[in-house]
Amino acid sequence: MKDEYDVVVVGAGPGGSIAAKTAAEHDLDVLLIEKRAEIGNPVRCAEGVGKEGIKSFIKPDRSWISAEVKGARIYSPDGTAIEMSEDMAGPEVGYVLERKIFDRALALQAARAGAEVMVKTRATGLIMEDGFVKGVKGKHFGDDFTVRASVIIGADGVESKVGRWAGIDTTLKLSDIETCAQFLMTDIDFNPDYCDFYVGNEIAPGGYAWIFPKGGHEANVGLGILGSRAGEIKAMDLLKRFVKEKFPDGQVLEIIVGGVPVSGPLERTIANGLMLVGDAARMADPITGGGIVNAMLTGQIAGEVAAKALSRGDTSTKALSEYENRWKSAIGAPLKNSLRAKEIFTKMSDEKLNALAHSIKDVDFSEMTATGLLRALVKRNPKILWELRHLLK
Amino acid sequence: MITVDRHKCGHCGACVGVCPANAIELINRWIELSDECIECGACAKVCPVGALEILNEG
Ligand SMILES: Cc1cc2nc3c(=O)[nH]c(=O)nc-3n(C[C@H](O)[C@H](O)[C@H](O)COP(=O)(O)OP(=O)(O)OC[C@H]3O[C@@H](n4cnc5c(N)ncnc54)[C@H](O)[C@@H]3O)c2cc1C
Ligand code: SF4
Ligand code: SF4
Repeated sequence: MKDEYDVVVVGAGPGGSIAAKTAAEHDLDVLLIEKRAEIGNPVRCAEGVGKEGIKSFIKPDRSWISAEVKGARIYSPDGTAIEMSEDMAGPEVGYVLERKIFDRALALQAARAGAEVMVKTRATGLIMEDGFVKGVKGKHFGDDFTVRASVIIGADGVESKVGRWAGIDTTLKLSDIETCAQFLMTDIDFNPDYCDFYVGNEIAPGGYAWIFPKGGHEANVGLGILGSRAGEIKAMDLLKRFVKEKFPDGQVLEIIVGGVPVSGPLERTIANGLMLVGDAARMADPITGGGIVNAMLTGQIAGEVAAKALSRGDTSTKALSEYENRWKSAIGAPLKNSLRAKEIFTKMSDEKLNALAHSIKDVDFSEMTATGLLRALVKRNPKILWELRHLLK
Repeated sequence: MITVDRHKCGHCGACVGVCPANAIELINRWIELSDECIECGACAKVCPVGALEILNEG
């Protein structure tokens, strides 16, 4: 580790690794730090991702693709299924990844592009001077260090502290986080061609349960519930119940827990000398909880904007506002729609969820996108979904 | 006082994300709690496995 870099990226998830790679490709001097001893482990993900979304960032490689699916099926509480084909279903359906290997492959790309990567290196604070973020304080293998940089990129995920240290309140309300548990299971009977989603207030209040094929006889079987509806009930307990009913003879190979921010993006994702990307900026989709592609996309934009700002010698919020403008024009509108939809769907009774599913039973979804599905729902249920009527315009 | 059951914790960081007092830190494979805790209970509610508990003193 040197004393000074152009850019320090905190967190080597998909967002941080793409940010570091992009900045290094622009000939910047980049340090990527990760507090874990092993990048990508433990996994906190169901590992579903759209094929197109991923291809623009990394060439698909068998080593980190566990399975390919043809489509998604959403089950309403009474078991009515809505089926969508893979290319239409949206950013969480297509490949099911092996994130341990995928995250490492992305970090490797950053290293190959010239970034210095350091694991077991945890940021513990920021160097602040004259209202500008000027570097990172931390611990490497237990030893204190400080490192200076002109731009800091906070890619430190759901538990992000970088933003807080710079004065941005990133605290998630309980109604803005999905609390999740997942088993990697084997010896279970499921359809390997589909990612399956189960909604309902009994199954997963304010969230859903999922079965994502992992190749062979394995699948990620998980469940997330809205934090505001958790407490007495725990995601882990509901998952155990779901699994007991569905796969009483299945074996559990791995247990995963996690939280997904579903608040929609932060009001402010920049400060002088600082940009927040991915889950740290709450970029995950509020309705699906998918955040891999948005993390990579915002990481890429941040890397590019860092290069531009440094070449002009201006890293003020004014210069970095290009980052905010660009992510807003890329994903701002869909994230806003998802947030509105989340507010409605997470409060809906099982009767209404069933009624919605019945109303579109006869629709052909093989040619329909996720937004198309929402539109069809709004069209047929204008009263229930009044607040989403703008989607019909 | 808030306590963490290290045997239950799955190192996911959800509790850190909801803490309004910035009193929790996930360090590699353990949770550290600082005395800035205001005992709001948010972390205990969000924990997917119930590893956090608020114990009433006295
Ligand atoms: C149960 C579950 C299921 C999910 N399923 C899906 C899915 O199917 N599809 C999908 O697209 N998304 C899914 N997500 C969301 C997805 O995992 C995240 O959106 C994605 O990982 C965000 O990437 P990121 O790079 O922003 O953050 P992360 O991948 O969380 O990476 C952040 C990194 O920063 C490190 N870090 C944190 N603090 C520090 C520090 N102080 N110093 C150094 N390093 C630090 C962390 O150790 C971590 O490695 C799921 C999430 C959960 C919890
Ligand atoms: S009880 Fe509240 S303040 Fe205390 S650690 Fe938990 S979330 Fe933070
Ligand atoms: S929310 Fe629970 S499982 Fe996750 S890190 Fe906190 S204590 Fe551990």
